[in-house]
Amino acid sequence: MELVLRQFDYWATTYRRTWRGSVVSTFVMPLFYLLGMGVGLGSFVDDQSRSELPGGVTYLEFIGPGLLATMVMMTAVFESTYPVFSNIKWTKVYESMLATPLGVVHVLNGHLLYVAFRAATMSAVFVAVLALFGVVDSVVGGVAAVLVAIAVGMAYAAPVFAYSAKLKSDSGFAPLFRLGLLPMFLFSGAFFPIENLPDGIEWLAYLMPVWHGVELCRAVTLGMVDWNADIGHGGYLITWIIVGWGLARWSFGNRLAEGT
Amino acid sequence: MQEISETVSDEPIGIGDSDVDGPMISATGLRKAYGEFEAVRGIDVRVDRGESFGFLGPNGAGKSSTMRMIGAVSPVTDGELRILGLDPAAHGSQIRARLGVCPQLDTLDMEITVRENLTVYGRYFGLSRGECAERADELLSFVQLTDKAKGSVEKLSGGMKRRLSIARSLINSPDILLLDEPTTGLDPQARHLVWERLFRLKQRGVTLVLTTHYMDEAEQLCDRLVVMDKGLIVAEGSPTDLIRAHSTREVTELRFGVGEHEDVADQVKDLADRVEVLPDRLLLYTDDGEAAAVAVHERGLEPISVLVRRSTLEDVFLRLTGRTLID
Repeated sequence: MELVLRQFDYWATTYRRTWRGSVVSTFVMPLFYLLGMGVGLGSFVDDQSRSELPGGVTYLEFIGPGLLATMVMMTAVFESTYPVFSNIKWTKVYESMLATPLGVVHVLNGHLLYVAFRAATMSAVFVAVLALFGVVDSVVGGVAAVLVAIAVGMAYAAPVFAYSAKLKSDSGFAPLFRLGLLPMFLFSGAFFPIENLPDGIEWLAYLMPVWHGVELCRAVTLGMVDWNADIGHGGYLITWIIVGWGLARWSFGNRLAEGT
Repeated sequence: MQEISETVSDEPIGIGDSDVDGPMISATGLRKAYGEFEAVRGIDVRVDRGESFGFLGPNGAGKSSTMRMIGAVSPVTDGELRILGLDPAAHGSQIRARLGVCPQLDTLDMEITVRENLTVYGRYFGLSRGECAERADELLSFVQLTDKAKGSVEKLSGGMKRRLSIARSLINSPDILLLDEPTTGLDPQARHLVWERLFRLKQRGVTLVLTTHYMDEAEQLCDRLVVMDKGLIVAEGSPTDLIRAHSTREVTELRFGVGEHEDVADQVKDLADRVEVLPDRLLLYTDDGEAAAVAVHERGLEPISVLVRRSTLEDVFLRLTGRTLID
């Protein structure tokens, strides 16, 4: 762990250089989404849909926590694609780290921790904005939502790290974004209950970690926890983190010990 | 233009103070295979403390693979390797803590400042922030980049980047400095500045291990070197030993008209230990180049130009690894 923390100054320096740009977008994005979709679209659909949404919540309450989970997924995936690939192939930051006492596992965990940190700051701002809109039920619920969002981020970051470290060229990211990320965003259950999807796609949606994240974020944010279902959702996310980390470790080991 | 001044900087403290008994690096039957392909096919190497040791060879000779194994990054396929007396398979982290590595392609971080590249890197070795700052300033002065400290790496010239890489590899006061083609791609001024800095480190007692395919670099910097070809060591010794063993003292270069060289070669064969025919000239390997040139004229031959020079490592290198282009 000490070897992982030796990278703190590196990531802090990198973050200090970029945080201004990211802070504005992390604050403005949820604001726009919640205004546009939660309030705007919500006022249009609430009359008909209110009775049909689970728990009889408003559309703003429905979509707010769902957006948190999908946004953290997006951030985590972006942070785990080009930055990882670049550190391997373009800037060779990993190679320079591996010429020091740090080993592959330390380098992997250091970068994953940074992604977790990015997920944490992003979702903390997001939850604060949700609170402004009156969507957060309690402080405990808000804190829990941030923790769940970090878990969602890691459930995506870890396997995407593994994928990025296997790529020989960055052209492999286009299918990941278009065929992987976009449908997961749309069919995550953030915008409408996935029971409304055709059967086959509905089952695919259940397999995606993001749906479990959406359900869990909604439960803790709105204070409507169903322990049986929600422990299952949490367990599913943690399984993805563990399996994804194992894959990332294997992938990093193959790539970095034998050069690029 | 940077001026090369003896008074600009003092050597950074602590470099080269090693406590290792026995060889700094020893390899026996060292092999590296990538799947079916064998990059290194069984080499024996020994580098002693304070020595400056070179791996020479054409592209694909296995130099970089060997360096990556010595750097305790790439696992050894077979054979025994000890660095600072330690086995890299078991003590990779401890070994790397005491190495400085200057890679073939700069791996500097373009997005942070010149000085941050050093301070951040020192933290990986467990140095405190204070130590990192102190050493960063020392090293920037040593490689003459103090006035660039706050600037971005992107704005540095190739030679400056290389010097920054060297500075970074010294942040942990390493016992051994590994340099993979330290001056490839640099202009002559930049090369000489790098050589001069490396020579100072050598004088300090730092063990230098470098790869190169520049023969003048090897002659400038290496006490001892091995020539590698196709994954094997084909010659070993000091630059002068190698020239003595594999070439003659002097070389007489004769230039005739295009297409005449083959015919002339037959007529001068007995004037030299060895005659080499190239498309544009004849090389006469002999201990007395002037005498050979005079004898050529006495036979009524009139070359367009005559050059008598001392044998260099380049002659040895080409003799041992051939003139065929390797891509």
